[in-house]
Amino acid sequence: MGRVEYWGEHGMSDLHKISVTINGEAIRASVPARLNLVDFIRTEAGLTGSHVGCEHGVCGACTIEVDGAMVRGCLMLAVQADGATVTTVEGFADSDFGPALQEAFQNNHALQCGYCTPGMLASALEYLRGVRSSATGPDRAAIRDHISGNYCRCTGYQSIVNAIAEVATSKAEGKS
Amino acid sequence: MSVAKPLPHDAARLHVTGTARYLDDIPTPTGCLSLAFGLSDVARGTITATNLNAVRAAPGVVAVITADDLPGANDVSPSVHDEPMLADGEVHYLGQPLFLVVAESHLAARKAARLGKVVITPQDPILTIDQALEEDSRFEGGPVIWTKGDIEAAFRTAPKSVEGTIEIGGQEHFYLEGQVALAIPGEDGDLLIHSSTQHPTEAQHKVAEALGTPMHSVRVETRRMGGGFGGKESQGNALAVACAVAAAQTGRPCKMRYDRDDDMTITGKRHDFRIKYRAGYGAGGRLLAVEFTQYARCGWSQDLSLPVADRAMLHADNAYDLPAVRIESHRLKTNTQSATAFRGFGGPQGMVGIERVMDHIAHDLGRDPLEVRRVNFYDDAIGEGGASGADGSGEKSDDVVPEPAKLGWRERRKAKKAAVAPAVTTEPAVQTTPYGMAVEDCVVNEIVADLAGTAQYDARRKEIAEWNAKSPILKRGIALTPVKFGISFTLTHLNQAGALVHVYTDGSVHLNHGGTEMGQGLFQKVAQVAADRFGIPIEMVKITATDTAKVPNTSATAASSGTDLNGMAVKAACDEIRDRIADCLADLHQAQPSDVWFEDGHVQVAGNRLTFAAAAGIAYENRVSLSATGFYKTPKVEWDRVAGKGRPFLYFAYGAAISEVVIDTLTGENRILRADILHDAGAPLNPAIDLGQVEGGYVQGAGWLTTEELVWDDKGKLTTHAPSTYKIPAASDRPEVFNVALWEKGLNRENTIFRSKAVGEPPLMLGISVLMALSDAVATGGKTYPALNAPATSEQVMNAIIRVRSE
Ligand code: FES
Ligand code: FES
Repeated sequence: MGRVEYWGEHGMSDLHKISVTINGEAIRASVPARLNLVDFIRTEAGLTGSHVGCEHGVCGACTIEVDGAMVRGCLMLAVQADGATVTTVEGFADSDFGPALQEAFQNNHALQCGYCTPGMLASALEYLRGVRSSATGPDRAAIRDHISGNYCRCTGYQSIVNAIAEVATSKAEGKS
Repeated sequence: MSVAKPLPHDAARLHVTGTARYLDDIPTPTGCLSLAFGLSDVARGTITATNLNAVRAAPGVVAVITADDLPGANDVSPSVHDEPMLADGEVHYLGQPLFLVVAESHLAARKAARLGKVVITPQDPILTIDQALEEDSRFEGGPVIWTKGDIEAAFRTAPKSVEGTIEIGGQEHFYLEGQVALAIPGEDGDLLIHSSTQHPTEAQHKVAEALGTPMHSVRVETRRMGGGFGGKESQGNALAVACAVAAAQTGRPCKMRYDRDDDMTITGKRHDFRIKYRAGYGAGGRLLAVEFTQYARCGWSQDLSLPVADRAMLHADNAYDLPAVRIESHRLKTNTQSATAFRGFGGPQGMVGIERVMDHIAHDLGRDPLEVRRVNFYDDAIGEGGASGADGSGEKSDDVVPEPAKLGWRERRKAKKAAVAPAVTTEPAVQTTPYGMAVEDCVVNEIVADLAGTAQYDARRKEIAEWNAKSPILKRGIALTPVKFGISFTLTHLNQAGALVHVYTDGSVHLNHGGTEMGQGLFQKVAQVAADRFGIPIEMVKITATDTAKVPNTSATAASSGTDLNGMAVKAACDEIRDRIADCLADLHQAQPSDVWFEDGHVQVAGNRLTFAAAAGIAYENRVSLSATGFYKTPKVEWDRVAGKGRPFLYFAYGAAISEVVIDTLTGENRILRADILHDAGAPLNPAIDLGQVEGGYVQGAGWLTTEELVWDDKGKLTTHAPSTYKIPAASDRPEVFNVALWEKGLNRENTIFRSKAVGEPPLMLGISVLMALSDAVATGGKTYPALNAPATSEQVMNAIIRVRSE
C-alpha cells in the first residue's frame, strides 16, 4: 500500500470502502467519492507507471485495463472500480500481447520521452486483441485509427505504428 | 564500437514496463506539501486590494504566500529580472500568478487557490500586434534592422516584384508531462530541488536568488522530462522557486505540479509572428532584393524573446542566397503569456517568411516553386557529394575532408575507426548570409536533388495536375521545402559544457554531464561516446541524472546543442582517463602510450590483452586517478548581435521534405497524404534516435502550421487552454505514406563529435512543406495568390480558397 494522500475537506464520513484487484494483487482502501481511478492507482497503490497528461480524457496517457476494457483512468472514479480487475503497464508483461509489444516498442524506437508509452501500450493491446488475422498483413490505417486517442508529442507515431504492426504480423503468423 | 549503432533509448525498457521515474513518480518524503498558484482573471491592471482570508481558512491550507512574504528576489526571469513570480502591484496577463497556496494535498491547494479575492482595477490590455504597434509597446526600444547590399538600388533594377503579408500563429508545447518541481529541505538551509527543467543551473540560480542563499546551498537534479521542446527552458523556474520558498518557510518538502489547464494558461508558447515582405526578382525567379518586416508577439516579459527574434532574422534567408536584403524585427510587448523557447527558437518563423516569398514568386511567374527555390539556393560547398569532390569553380576546397566521396556514413564509419579528422580550414568566403557569415558547408542542392529523385517529385507533380483537372471538389497539392538551420547558441558564451566521468575498479563507468534528457536520446548518444572512448560495451556505462552538484554552471539543453556540447565534454573527460590508464600500462610494460589500445572491453598493451576492468584495477593500484572532468567550448563562433554581424553558428544542418496534401474546396478540410524526407544528421551517433527526431519534428512542425490554433478572446483569456480545444497531431493525422531517411552522404565539415550534426530542432522546419503544399492545392482554384496564413486550419484554407476565386 502506498501513502495515503490527505483527503482534507472530504472528512472520514465521505470515504467509501472499495476493493480492487490491480495486477493480480487485491487492494482494499477507503477513498473519497471523487477520487480518479488513475490518481488512486498512482498514490494509493503506488503504481506510477500510469501517467496523467490532461486529466480530462483527451491525451490517453492514463489508459489502463479495467475488466478487460481499456479505459481512461482520469475519467473513471476509484469507487467505480470497486470489485474490478485492473491491469496497468506494470502488469502488461503478464498479459497476452504485453511482452511482444514491450519488445517491439523498444526495438522500433516507439518512444522518446516515454510519457505516452504506458497508455499507448494499453491501446495497442486492445487493438491486437480485436484484430482478425489477415492474409494481407497488418492494416496500418486501422492501427493509426485505433491509437488516435493517444497523443504522443515526440515520435510522430511512425515508429509506434511500426511496433504494433510488427506484433500484429507475428500474431497473424501465429507466433504470439 | 557503440557509436553509430541504432541502439534503443537508454530508458526504453523502463518506459515499456512503467518503471521509468518521472518527477511526479518520485516517492515524496512524509509531510510533503502541495502548491498551487492563485491566478489573475484580468489581463492588465493594478492590484488595489487583496483578501486571502478564505484561502487561508480553506481545508488543508498550511500557508499562503504573496509577493510581500518572499524572503529574496521575486523574479523567475531567465534574462532581465522583469518577471516577478508573484504579481507585485501590477498585473500583466490573464493567468499571471498572484499568490501561492501551500496545502496538504494537490487538490486542497488547487481548490483553495480559487477562493482568493484580489481586486484589480483593469486597464485596456494590449493583446494583438496591431494594438502593440499602436501603443508602441515593445522590448528593446525600436526595431532591430540588419541589411546586406544596396537594397533600394536592387529594387529599382529588379524586373518584377511581389509583396504580401503572412500571419503565423504560435504553438503550445504540449509536453505530455506538465511542469512540475519538488523541493526537499536539508540541514543548514540546504535544498535539494527536483525539477522538470531543461536548465537545472538556471533553476538553481533563481532559487538561490529567491532565498538569498549562495548557489552552493541549492542542488538541482533532473533525471528526465516527459517532453520539453523548449517549454521547460525557463518556464519551470516559477515552480522550482515556489517550492523552494514554501519549503524554506514551512521546513517541509513541497511539490508543485501544474494541472494541464493551468499549465497552458500560465506558461509561454511559441511566438506568433506577422511577416510583411517585398521581393524583387528576375524573370527566371532569381531574387535580387528582399525586405522583411517581422513582428513578434512576445507577451508580457522579455524571457528569451530577444534571441528568439534574432534567430528569426538569422533564418530569414533559409537556404537562399539573398544578394540584397533588409530585415526589420519588432519585438512587441503584449498582455499575454510570455512567449518563450520552442524547438527552432524563432528560426521556423523566419523560414516561413522566405518560403512564402518563394511560393509567391513562383505563383506570379506561373512556375514550379521548386524551380524558383533551386535558382536561389546557396551553392553547395563542394560539388556533388557534399563531402568531397570539387565543384569546378576552384573557389572551394575539400582537401581537408578525408573520406572518399561516394561512400555513405555507414561505410565511412566502417572504413575508419575512432580517428577524427582535423578541423576544416576555410577558403575565403564567396557566399554569405545576410549577417555576413560565410556559408561553407552547403549541401542543399544535392540533398534536394536526391530527395526529388527518390520521391519522384516531377512525375508526381504532373500526375497531381492531371488528377486535379478531373476532380472538381477535392484538390491535391505538393511542395518541396529545404531547411538550413544554424547550430550554436547565438549568445556565444553559452556554447560550453562540462562532464564528470568516473571509472570504478570493476570497469564500470559513471557518466554525468550538463545536458538534460527530455526524450531526445541525448543520454544514450553521449553514453555511446563514452563506451566508444573506453572500448567497452554500453551496458558498462551508467547514465546518471543531471545534477548541479556534479557538473556546475551549465547551459540549457537547447539550441539543438545537447549532443554537440556534452558529447565533446564527455569525450574530453574519457580521453583524459584513458590517457592516464594508457600511460600507466605503457610504463609497466615498457611500451609507448600510443601502443595501448582500448577495444572490445579489453585493453591491449605490448602483446598483453587484459580486460578493461583489470586495466582499471592496475591503474588504481598504481595510484592513478580514475575520475576526470571534461570541458568543451565551441570553436570559431563570434557574434555581434547589435550589429547583426559575425559567425553565430559553427555549422548548418540541412534537410528537405516533400509533402503532398489534399483539400476539400467546399469545407477547407485538409489532410497530409504523403511525406518524403531526407535529413542531414552528419555522420549520426545513433541513426535510430536521430530518425525519431526527424519524424517527430516533422509532425510537430506540420501540427504547428495546420491544426494547432491558439485563440485569445478580447479580454486576453486563452480560450484554447486544454487539449479538448487545442489540437495537436494524432496518429490519424500523420501522413499515410511517410518515407523518412537520414542522408547517407551526410558528414559534418566541422570537427564535431564524430562528425555528427545536431538534429533536435532542424527537422521541425521540414513541416513548412505542408503549408506550401496546401498553398499549392488552394492555388488551383483561381488566379489570385492564396496568401494562406498559418495555422492553415480548415477556416484559413477556406478563406484562402475564397481569396483565390476573387479577382
Ligand atoms: S490524463 Fe487521462 S486522458 Fe489525459
Ligand atoms: S514519447 Fe514523448 S509523448 Fe510519446
